[in-house]
Amino acid sequence: MPKANFSRHGMPSQDAAERIKNFGEVALGYSEEMAVEEANRCLQCKNKPCVDGCPVNVRIPEFIKAMREGDFPEAARIMKSTNMLPAICGRVCPQETQCEEKCVYFKRGASVAIGRLERWIADWELDRGVELPQLSELSGKKVAVVGSGPSSLTAAGELARMGHQVTIFEALHRPGGVLTYGIPPFRLPRTVSGAEIANLQKLGVDIVYNFVVGKTATVDEMLADGYDAVFLGTGAGLPQFVGVPGENLAGVYSANEFLTRVNLMKAYAFPEYDTPVKVGDRVAVVGAGNVAMDSARCALRLGAKEVSIVYRRSRTEMPARAEEAEHAEEEGVRFLLLTAPTKMIGNDKGAVCAMECQQMQLGEPDASGRRRPLPMPGSEFTLEADTVVVAIGTSPNPLVPRSTPGLEVSRHGTVVVDPATGATTKKGVWAGGDLVTGAATVISAMGAGRRAAASIDKYLKGEE
Amino acid sequence: MYKILATETLTVNSKLFRVEAPYVARKARPGQFVVVVVDEQGERIPLTVADIDAGAGVITIIVQQVGKTTCQMATLEAGDSLAVVAGPMGLPSHLGNYGTVACLGGGFGMAAMFPIARALKQAGNKIIGIIGARNLDLLIWEDRLRGISDEFYVTTDDGSKGRKGFVTQVLQEKLEAKEKIDLVFGVGPVPMMRAMTRTTLPYGVKTIVSLNPVMIDATGLCGVCRVTVAGETKFACVDGPEFDAHQVDWDQLVARQALFVPEEKLALARFQERIAAQAGAKA
Ligand SMILES: Cc1cc2nc3c(=O)[nH]c(=O)nc-3n(C[C@H](O)[C@H](O)[C@H](O)COP(=O)(O)OP(=O)(O)OC[C@H]3O[C@@H](n4cnc5c(N)ncnc54)[C@H](O)[C@@H]3O)c2cc1C
Ligand code: FES
Repeated sequence: MPKANFSRHGMPSQDAAERIKNFGEVALGYSEEMAVEEANRCLQCKNKPCVDGCPVNVRIPEFIKAMREGDFPEAARIMKSTNMLPAICGRVCPQETQCEEKCVYFKRGASVAIGRLERWIADWELDRGVELPQLSELSGKKVAVVGSGPSSLTAAGELARMGHQVTIFEALHRPGGVLTYGIPPFRLPRTVSGAEIANLQKLGVDIVYNFVVGKTATVDEMLADGYDAVFLGTGAGLPQFVGVPGENLAGVYSANEFLTRVNLMKAYAFPEYDTPVKVGDRVAVVGAGNVAMDSARCALRLGAKEVSIVYRRSRTEMPARAEEAEHAEEEGVRFLLLTAPTKMIGNDKGAVCAMECQQMQLGEPDASGRRRPLPMPGSEFTLEADTVVVAIGTSPNPLVPRSTPGLEVSRHGTVVVDPATGATTKKGVWAGGDLVTGAATVISAMGAGRRAAASIDKYLKGEE
Repeated sequence: MYKILATETLTVNSKLFRVEAPYVARKARPGQFVVVVVDEQGERIPLTVADIDAGAGVITIIVQQVGKTTCQMATLEAGDSLAVVAGPMGLPSHLGNYGTVACLGGGFGMAAMFPIARALKQAGNKIIGIIGARNLDLLIWEDRLRGISDEFYVTTDDGSKGRKGFVTQVLQEKLEAKEKIDLVFGVGPVPMMRAMTRTTLPYGVKTIVSLNPVMIDATGLCGVCRVTVAGETKFACVDGPEFDAHQVDWDQLVARQALFVPEEKLALARFQERIAAQAGAKA
């Protein structure tokens, strides 16, 4: 048994004062020496609690063991046997509530930095040219995969590996879903996500862009056109609003609009790129998840003088990854906790100039298990804001469900599936990712894509 | 890439493109639009599908040069390509038999009105076509609209063709004269559609307009296109673009459209400088 070592290696990062002036990656990654040192802290527990904490059951102790033996190609191979997008996951997974939470060091605040090791080994391999997996013999079956977010990319990659002919149909003009339009490049450089997507294409996955399923063609038309199965991974892209007066004033963005302008359309490079984004001096971001943190940090980088997160619960309930909230705070984002907007106030031009807010207190736990925020009467105050970004959540886009008869949808708009297989109530159609769960995580979307691929493979072989 | 097969200069500030887009051509219906991106650095803009040749897999779009992207498009010719043509987006027009329908078009809206008016005609309606522009040189597709109209009027602000005045004045007179009009349809700049709304409201004639708020994805992802209609927030790209004009919050639409005007001006000025520099280099 190796000796316990409680000193987790810190992550080298760009200095906060410097990084808020650029869109370059914040976390710079371990050196080889740091990575091996960190790998050496792993106790190689027999019962592997960390593996159970991972939604795709990455063989964590095994890849770490290979790393510390210096066999990096083997470490990468072990990683990729269950996770096709490790350079992405290493950067965006909420490890502290998954694998690292199950680490025996967790209680001492010193879990092995599994995510950082995952990232290191994935980057190591990307730098050297990725080893492509063995493809099965061609089956002659065609599968249409709708959307190109992490669940679709994973399903497509797995199905291609199994020998099926896969075509992805994406509504936008770039692949990646939230990885491309939502998560900013300072958290996920586009060279990294681009390389992982390009590797999937090397497996023979074809991508058709500008194809809006439900509009350009329906699922039934695709099935009639010769696709033997369809996987739906259209995500949860429909923005929700708070429902307070003034929310349609000019200068009030949904987080999706704000982030799409900045990340998909590269508004940070306006006028080099045509799409503009307008950020005032004082920005209020409503919500406290990853999406809110990303919006707040983009606003800082686009020149806002003061950026506030407005959140109706307290710090402990904040759904963002711990690292993102920490980074946001280091960069100077203000946190107005236990605060909820009640009204957006406009100027004479119909543009937002302030937000009326109310103080909250926490009551009994609600359906989500978190303590319910209750308004404190008479606590209203006005927050000046010339830009407001609403980041309080999203729900599935109804385009596909509404145009697909026979597809059962819950009252939340999510598609109903058999959780073990991802099969929907419509024959030949599977679904996974945020479309099924509502807004969740990259890794859970990937897990769903993988399960669906296995089930589709069986179906295509006539085993189901 | 989506290939431009033919172009036609319609007026000093508008140009027609026939573009290869087989998926869109197969599905597009009157009232729908496409999202176009010109090149790698381009923005996503909505453009109405003005005509469809499903057999050939070709659609017609008409662009009025107002900002950087539309001016850049106007420099393209047959053989060039567009980076993105996605769609068809939005809901098709409701094409019932209403009786007599007044179809009003202004600016690029003259062309956008055409497929809808033609389909309404085919659905058995009597069509009163009314189109207008600042002067006669800016009229688009006058012949095509005249060809499908039972009654047809042209107005120009300066009187260089047809009646001097606005399209809404013709409409107003007909309503005053108690002529039978069961539905009014309009596509054009916001001031025109807003004036239509004011004109028909006192007569209680149902009025449908095709709104043109700023759009990005046009799939319901971003919400930039939201408009308030009958007190409810709607996403024009998926719930529209056609709405009951009497229920639209016009002030809000105008304010939201104005947000990026300074940036649009800047982008256009930069583009014009570049074109001027290129022309200078050639000369
Ligand atoms: C700003 C932001 C930050 C986030 N940060 C994190 C994080 O740090 N860690 C984490 O784990 N998770 C994070 N998430 C959540 C995570 O990104 C999602 O859970 C995940 O991307 C869901 O994957 P998906 O494949 O289900 O769908 P998506 O990634 O949403 O992809 C769906 C794709 O389908 C396309 N599509 C939609 N409708 C159609 C149609 N009709 N036809 C064709 N294509 C269509 C869309 O254009 C899109 O490309 C974040 C989300 C956001 C918005
Ligand atoms: S244009 Fe983005 S939702 Fe309508």
